Formats: sequence, C-alpha cells, structure tokens
Amino acid sequence: MAKRDYSLLGPNARHAVETGLAAAEWYHTDIPRAQMKELMKRSDQPAIRDTILLFASMIGLAGIGIAFWSSWWSAPFWLAYGVLYGSAMDSRWHECSHGTAFKTRHYNDWLYQIASFCMVRNPVSWRWSHARHHTDTIIVGRDPEIVAMRPPALFRIAVNFLGIFDAYDGWKRMLYNASGRIHPEEADYIPEQEQPKVIRVARIWVAIYAATIALALAMGSILPLMVIGLPRLYGAWHHVLTGVMQHAGLADNVTDHRLNSRTVYINPVSRFIYWNMNYHVEHHMFPMVPYHRLPDLHAAIKHDLPAANTSMWQAYREILPILRRQLAYEDVFLKRDLPPTAKPYREDFHAAALGAAAE
Amino acid sequence: MPWIDACATDDIDEEDLIRFDHEDRTFAIYHSPDGDYFCTDGLCTHEHVHLEDGLVMEYEIECPKHNATFDYRTGEAKRAPACVNLNTYKTKVEGGRVLIEV
Repeated sequence: MAKRDYSLLGPNARHAVETGLAAAEWYHTDIPRAQMKELMKRSDQPAIRDTILLFASMIGLAGIGIAFWSSWWSAPFWLAYGVLYGSAMDSRWHECSHGTAFKTRHYNDWLYQIASFCMVRNPVSWRWSHARHHTDTIIVGRDPEIVAMRPPALFRIAVNFLGIFDAYDGWKRMLYNASGRIHPEEADYIPEQEQPKVIRVARIWVAIYAATIALALAMGSILPLMVIGLPRLYGAWHHVLTGVMQHAGLADNVTDHRLNSRTVYINPVSRFIYWNMNYHVEHHMFPMVPYHRLPDLHAAIKHDLPAANTSMWQAYREILPILRRQLAYEDVFLKRDLPPTAKPYREDFHAAALGAAAE
Repeated sequence: MPWIDACATDDIDEEDLIRFDHEDRTFAIYHSPDGDYFCTDGLCTHEHVHLEDGLVMEYEIECPKHNATFDYRTGEAKRAPACVNLNTYKTKVEGGRVLIEV
C-alpha cells in the first residue's frame, strides 16, 4: 500500500468512499435477539453509583490537595485527582456520547457536558467525530480518532501521556471555534445545523478558563489551575495507556472489529477509571450495550473472538514490537488467531487490506 | 394508498420491533408497551443502518450503530447523530394481522 494519508479530505478518504469501504456493512457475531435485548437494557443505578463515587473522590482529593498546598504532601492527592479528571472523564465522555451510561437521557447529557469540558473535547464536534469512528473504525482517511497512525508517531504518543498534544490541540480548537469558525475537517462530519452549537460551547468554555486564569492571577498562585485545566495534562497518562491498546498494531481498512480492535483483561481500579472499555471488540461490535454489561457480552461472544490479552503488560509486549516495525515498514500489522469455535475471517473480503501480517 | 399485510400481531414482542421488506422498500414495525402497532421507514436517517437490531424503549427506537433515537409514533429525531425525522406510516390490526398503509 502507498503511504497512508490520514486527512479526512485527502486521497485515502476519497478512495474509501469510491471502493465502498466507507459506511460499509461490518461483521457481527450471531447472538439471539432476546439475549441482545437483555444485554442492551438500560439502567441508571450502576452509573449513579459510579458517578457519586467519582465526584466524591474528586472533591475529597482536590480538597486535601488544596489543604496541603503548597507542600509536597499535596502531590499524591493531586496525582490521584488528576487521573480522575484527565482519564476517568475520558471514559465518561465516551460512554455518555453513546447515551448508554444511564437510562435517563438528561443524566447522560449532564455527565457528557462535564466530561467533555474536562477532556477539552467540544461535546458537539466530538459526538460527530466519534460517530464517524464507529462507522469507519480505523479506515484510513475516514476515521478521525486513530491514535497510532502508520508509521506511528511514537514521540507524539509518548508525550501525550502528559496530554501535551491532545490538550494543546483541544485548547487551540476551542479558541478557533470561539472565534466563530468551524474547521474544514469538522465541517466534513458535523451537519450544518449543528455547527452553531460548536461555537456556543467553545465560547462558554473560554469564559470558564478566563475566570480560572483571572482567579489564579488575583491569588498569585496556580492553585485554581491545579483544579481546572492542568489535570488534563498531569492526569492524562491512564487514558492514553488504556486508549492506545484499543487498536494499535492491528489491521486497518477492514470491516471486522476482530481484526482491528483489542480486548484486554485489566485490574479493577483501571476498569473503574476506564469504565470497562477494555472490552473493546465487544463495544465496537455492539455499541448499544452499556459499559456495565460488557463483561457479560464478552462471556457471550468470546467463542467467536481472538483470545483477550491477559494484562496491559502482555498487551504492550504485543503492541510495541509491531509499532517499532511499522516505523520501517508501515504495512506490517498483527493478525490474531481465532479460536476453532469462531467464524473465520473473510479473507476474500479483506484481501486488499490484509497484506503483511506479522508472523 | 394500499394497505399491505405486514405480519401477525404476535410476531412482534411488546416493546420491540421487526423488519418488514416490501418490494424495494424496507420498514420497521413496532409493538408499543400499551399494545399499539406503529410503522416507520426501516433505515436510520443518519447513515442508513437498519433499525431492526435497535433497542425499543417505551416509545423510542435507538439505532444500533450510533445510538440515534427517534419517537417511532411520530418519527421525530430525538437524539443526535440523527437530525432528520423518520417517515411514518399508518397501521391497523385486522384479524390478528398488522396492516400498513404505504
């Protein structure tokens, strides 16, 4: 394959549309309708419990951080607060963008607005961007949310463990939108009637940041920014750690999530922060299943999926050598074996994309 | 417009839907929680994914791909990414059959 162009307005984007790779029909594991209805069923209770725990922890940790400020004793509390602000909010943003966290729609919407602000992701733009990610998962030129492009920008990924590029891009886009403009790439996936909302939210956020900065200047301290804004940087590492695992090193330009997504077993604390998105093949195949039912969905369909990675450590031992090889030869990727109980990959269907799998 | 025999009333569970294809068109037929039947176009207005695998919650249908939501009684788009309403069609029940006017 020629060098990949990830621009949403470039030649790969046009090629994907022309060849029918964009907005294609994707593989789904067969699952009885009655069972799927039961798995999709919404409930408020698990997300209310988790949200109370999340906000109570954030208030408590920030409160202790403020009380101990500016002693080094405050550092561990800020680090924990930062992970909840800069990483747990990533998964809340994600789940609420699907509308699956709560049964009650306005609970989803409230948490979505707060999480979007924390992650510096415009709630309107990113709802559409994420819809595209689900339509055209890891389709070059179509998916706006590919983290590990080919060849992988390893420096950028590494620096993003401190949120540097992502937050910078988010704040830059916020100012751009607040000036009344929509970026041409955003215009590619946000309907025209939704675009004024993008600008309105960006202006509200600019006002919140301006007030925070003004307070910091008035106090002669960065303390207000330790609560609002900076945790997007110092707490980002966990969501990058888990987010990279979702698709990195796997196939692109295919229409079977078993080939381009990864499920990883992780520890319970990380699962709370990540809201079970470690079951990522399952989530992409059936995005209507709420986060708290993904373990059940996994149990129901794992006979048809590649074996889950057994830990983050094991997943990264799989991912990093592939990314390193992609630096020299970007077509290489990992094609995982299916169990004997699974329906085979459609090799004929993916022949154009499945070139150079790693041995 | 003609009435078309689409399915038996007990083909659809309460608070659920089925797909019905007729000539070159595809529809979704719903059985509401209070026992009424409704019919809309079968494809989501966002990216034309079929609604047959979606989730019916009371009087709303949620698209299985991007969670766009519609009121299936009126076709009104209730939640992004859908911005365009679904077309709806009249239904009636006769002799245990659901008929739609298309």
